[in-house]
Amino acid sequence: MANSRQESGFQIRRIWSDERARSALFQILVVLGLALLVAFFVANTMANLQARGMEPGFGFLQDPAFFEINQNLIEYASTSTFGRALVVGLLNTLLVSAAGIISATVIGFLAGVFRLSNNWLVGRLIGVYVEFTRNVPVLLQIIFWWSILTGLPKVADSLSIGNSLFLNNRGVRMPAPILENGFGWVALAFLLGVFASYLVGRWARRRHMATGQPFPMLWVGLGLVVLPPLLLFVALGQPLDWDIPEKTRFNFRGGFNITPELVALWWALTTYTGAFISEIVRAGILSVSKGQSEAAHALGLRPGLTMRKIIIPQALRVIIPPLTSQYLNLTKNSSLAIAIGYQDLVSIGNTVLNQSGQAIEVVGIWMVVYLSLSLGTSAFMNWYNSHIALVER
Amino acid sequence: MTTSPFFRQPNDMLPERAPPVAMSGIIGWLRANLFSGWLNTGLTLLALYALWLIIPGLLNWAFFDADFAGTDRFACTGTGACWAWFDQRIDQFLYGFYPDEQTWRVNLALFLILPALAPILFDKMPGAKQLRWFSLAFPFVATFLLIGGFGLEEVPTNKFGGFMLNVTVGLAGIVLSLPIGIVLALGRRSKMPIVRTLSVAFIEVFRGVPLITLLFVAAILLPIFLPSSFSLDLVVRVIVVVTAFASAYMAEVIRGGLQAIPRGQYEAAQALGLGYWRMMGLIILPQALKISIPGIVNTFIGLFKDTTLVIVIGLFDVLNIGRTMISNPDWLGLAVETQVFISLFFFVVCFSMSRYSVYLEQRLDTSKH
Repeated sequence: MANSRQESGFQIRRIWSDERARSALFQILVVLGLALLVAFFVANTMANLQARGMEPGFGFLQDPAFFEINQNLIEYASTSTFGRALVVGLLNTLLVSAAGIISATVIGFLAGVFRLSNNWLVGRLIGVYVEFTRNVPVLLQIIFWWSILTGLPKVADSLSIGNSLFLNNRGVRMPAPILENGFGWVALAFLLGVFASYLVGRWARRRHMATGQPFPMLWVGLGLVVLPPLLLFVALGQPLDWDIPEKTRFNFRGGFNITPELVALWWALTTYTGAFISEIVRAGILSVSKGQSEAAHALGLRPGLTMRKIIIPQALRVIIPPLTSQYLNLTKNSSLAIAIGYQDLVSIGNTVLNQSGQAIEVVGIWMVVYLSLSLGTSAFMNWYNSHIALVER
Repeated sequence: MTTSPFFRQPNDMLPERAPPVAMSGIIGWLRANLFSGWLNTGLTLLALYALWLIIPGLLNWAFFDADFAGTDRFACTGTGACWAWFDQRIDQFLYGFYPDEQTWRVNLALFLILPALAPILFDKMPGAKQLRWFSLAFPFVATFLLIGGFGLEEVPTNKFGGFMLNVTVGLAGIVLSLPIGIVLALGRRSKMPIVRTLSVAFIEVFRGVPLITLLFVAAILLPIFLPSSFSLDLVVRVIVVVTAFASAYMAEVIRGGLQAIPRGQYEAAQALGLGYWRMMGLIILPQALKISIPGIVNTFIGLFKDTTLVIVIGLFDVLNIGRTMISNPDWLGLAVETQVFISLFFFVVCFSMSRYSVYLEQRLDTSKH
């Protein structure tokens, strides 16, 4: 009797002191706890939804939306479905994110490089821009630019730039391109030029590696991309016209309008993220040790070539990972559009949510979409990063 | 004839000459830093021109042409800014709808942050060990001061607003997320597959979605997920999701700190016979947390700026107070004035914190000494 009790005590102590058994036990407990928590939430949700008489499921996406969207990249009318409205919103999110990422990268790289320039005044001014923009909430900046843009003169007193671009409190009205017969050929020539310069570039790089002879790739590439489409454009009788907006008494005829919401959101995201990117770029360039540029100079490389061939390739390795998270932040921050009424995924989702009452489903759609955007972008940037990463022995 | 070698006598030394004017002093500095080439000169002139365009107009708008007194916007007759609202409405910007006679509690809680933070920020301070107990107690003291009960008049959380709401949500989020972040960071580095997977999933999900969707979860979904008999204030629900959001970022910051601790530290702790928890608590975490402080401060800056997002679900933080005020007929159209004021507030707070974290980073970076 006593012997067997001692035996079992011994067993338990052995399990407890065995790390594998202990961690298995702990993990079982974690899973059990999580399962209980989820069951608790699900039970509550079922009870609450039943009390409100609501039916979970995605059937509502087929119902007509009955609300207007003032900016749609694909065809949309108020009789379209909720599902289509959400797609319109997603496209608006992607539009402002893509435009913002491009312009923020340009501004960020310029600001980062100029902040390091030996011009004291320019360095300081960019420092003021970076520190001020970084330390003020982006939502406040979005609302600020929006109130500036909606405070512009009324349509009748639009500010005009060269009598073809007009600024007023309803946004920016720009000339719209009209593609005429034959423009497709010009576009095709452009695409072929890009492809050809890619092939030539590959050949030039290989030859450079093998023989050490440089090739004026920049000029040849530019020539291949620009010249054939330009010649074709002239030869075909300039198959492109501009629909220039014309001011009538109350409104404009022709051209196309960019809403103040889109401009404000894009500009605020650009300047905000640009400030962060400039700091990343600066840190990246500073991370390349001075010996590298000194060695390049000693080998007789010119300053421009040193920057292009020695500094930037090494700085990029430091720059890419944090740059990725800035791109993701910009995409996520574009959801602040709801505060100024730019109809992005969250803003339209909120309208759908209020009209259909299907809160769980709409929030679920938001999360799945943003998560896949995040994971997709970081997968791409990880691939790019490993592509340019240092290959060690 | 013997020639003695020539050497200069001390008194026929040539007098020292000043360096060329163009290389030293103000002119030299100007030449080196502003006009060192045609490109630089052009940039300098362009920057000066931009300053000349912006600065006088800005000063005129903000000060010289501005009005500072009055009870509504009609008292502002100048062409510049109208700051008359400042005197009339500053209490609302600071405290929201917190009862006037109770605002001393908010001020006291804010003031007590100083002794609570001091022993963490300056570890060589005398009496730091004793003050740490106060740091631990501070969250409870502050909660008691803000909400009341136990003899103090109770203030419901829907009266919270203005800057006080931003600070409360930001601080509560960061304080609560610290322990959760530590657990998640340890979980992500754990050898147990299930624990590791769960931690990674939590971190990636909360870092992958915008805070705004989580705020909608707080406003709309949490009441559905919880029993209908059990209701939480909106502010509390917001703090819950903000904490979850901040924990994910905090976990990554602390993971960075953990990765920076050399293997030898773990091995030495194990060689001394310490178990996992004692090894982490006594050896690894104290070092990892110390080098994570700059990252934690940066997370806090980001979180503090993000607290303005609560306007989307209808809480009256400072941004919303400003928006509401300018829709009032008395103060209609003063959007830019209120926005400038609020940005300056955020700028001062966030900029000083970021300077502090830069200073810490430089102090912790031993590679340059």
